Amino acid sequence: MYSEKVMDHFKNPRNVGEMKDADGVGEVGNPICGDMMTIYIKVKGDSIDDISFLTFGCGAAIAVSSILTEMAKGKTIDEAQKINNKSVAAALEGLPKNKLHCSNLGADALHLAIRDYQDKKAGIVRDGPKRSDKHEHHHGDACYCPYCDVEADEKAPACTNCGRELDKAH
Amino acid sequence: MSILNLDHLAANPLLPEVQEAMIEAIKKNYGNPSSQHQLGDEAAAALQQAREQVSRLINSPVPKEVVFTSSGTESVNHAVKGVAFANAEKGKHIVTSNIEHNAILRTLRALKMMDYKVTSVPVDEYGLINPSDVADAIRDDTILVTIMHSNNEIGTIQPTEEIGQITQEKKVVFHCDAVDSVGVVPIDVQKLGVNLISFAANQFYGPSGVGGLYIRRGTRIWPLLDGGVQENNKRAGTENLIGIIGMGVAAEFAMREMEFRIKHARKLKQKLIEGLQSRIENILINGHPERSLPNLVSVSVQYIEGEGIVLMLDEENIAVSTRSACAAGALQASHVLLSIGRDFADAQGTLVITFGRDTTEADIERFLEVLEEVVQTLRNMSPLYIKAMQERAEGAAMR
Repeated sequence: MYSEKVMDHFKNPRNVGEMKDADGVGEVGNPICGDMMTIYIKVKGDSIDDISFLTFGCGAAIAVSSILTEMAKGKTIDEAQKINNKSVAAALEGLPKNKLHCSNLGADALHLAIRDYQDKKAGIVRDGPKRSDKHEHHHGDACYCPYCDVEADEKAPACTNCGRELDKAH
Repeated sequence: MSILNLDHLAANPLLPEVQEAMIEAIKKNYGNPSSQHQLGDEAAAALQQAREQVSRLINSPVPKEVVFTSSGTESVNHAVKGVAFANAEKGKHIVTSNIEHNAILRTLRALKMMDYKVTSVPVDEYGLINPSDVADAIRDDTILVTIMHSNNEIGTIQPTEEIGQITQEKKVVFHCDAVDSVGVVPIDVQKLGVNLISFAANQFYGPSGVGGLYIRRGTRIWPLLDGGVQENNKRAGTENLIGIIGMGVAAEFAMREMEFRIKHARKLKQKLIEGLQSRIENILINGHPERSLPNLVSVSVQYIEGEGIVLMLDEENIAVSTRSACAAGALQASHVLLSIGRDFADAQGTLVITFGRDTTEADIERFLEVLEEVVQTLRNMSPLYIKAMQERAEGAAMR
């Protein structure tokens, strides 16, 4: 089911743990959706000096968090902003289609952590929490029916291929 | 290293005696039981023997009441759709429960598209149905009550006998999905007051691909498969004789060994539950403490997700099953766990551990040791766990 790369990062996750003195924190997901991710960053100059994660979720979610921290470490903020969920999945040599949807939240969490850092630096205090409950769709991302793996319309109540109901809250 | 199978519900090994009987049957090159010639006679005799063996297992007085099918799923489809179609003129209302298997849920979903109406009764925190809820749900146009015997996710055994009394009084057909019970715990169709019982050979060390449907004489039901006159006109298609012979032998051994198997499983279950409770904090044991399958333990490990546990255990050559949405194709939380009041996060961390006659106490011990480490590894990565531990520390500091 999973690539060797995914299994490697799942079994030996890099940069695990809470960072007490983080400069920025980003959280995504909720347990209804299945996965929750928190990314912590430490910034030196304009680069990500240190990064760590905590994740509640399946093997794919843990592997995504782990490889994301490797990808972002040492990068400038501008470079890190360019990491997206697609490039994370590519670095993992692919993810099962139905996991692309709910487990591939790493880049979203990283971007929220960066925003949190930038807000703090600029002295902005936001009302809302620095988290997002729903995954963010990027241009070109597609949803796949969890039953038959055929691309599904995001707003459709049922899969056009197999006719099964699709969870509205996905 | 051999794999420790704690997922018997999904993959029961074949009993050696079943293997032998099936290999013998293949070598015999049986004819078709429906044929008029000698080749057919021999096959028909073998089929009859298996039918008698299986009918004894469920204490059916007439072997003809047992129909062989291709699986528990087919039996369930046959029972529910067959009764629904045959009685559509009388009514289109069906009563079921909130924790049925997908075979029932999706069969009913299909019937709903044909204008059948379904009332689903709730369960309590242990997954038990209150029989009076079933009585209240029955209406004048109710043609079928379908409620499982034991639950495949949490093991809770329903008060089937009481429900049977109600359906008999109200003269409604009662189907019981007993796939996880027949061959595991005593099932007596005469005591239970059921019209129909679905079961499958692979739940009692028989082959997969063979199921059974008990149909009490006089029950109005249509076949699911139309064609020849096999199975007393109730299920067309040439019988899977080799599989059926295997099922017969498995049924015979299930009867003979049942007392020992239950005693053995209960001992392992107790050891497993005690071990889980003493080794791992923040777990929830699901299902009824007494009225439940002896060979199944369902545990929700809080703050972590089940697929990760299963994958890590697999690395250690231990096979268990999870009810996590992430591992299921549907990516949805288990309706059974939500029905007994578990929240989404706890449902995500739920393991179903099923064992059998070949499982030893040393196996359980090994599983507990590995699980303890796996759980801690995953919890150390979990934001929910870290937060809960911090809140606990703050609470302690305030006191």
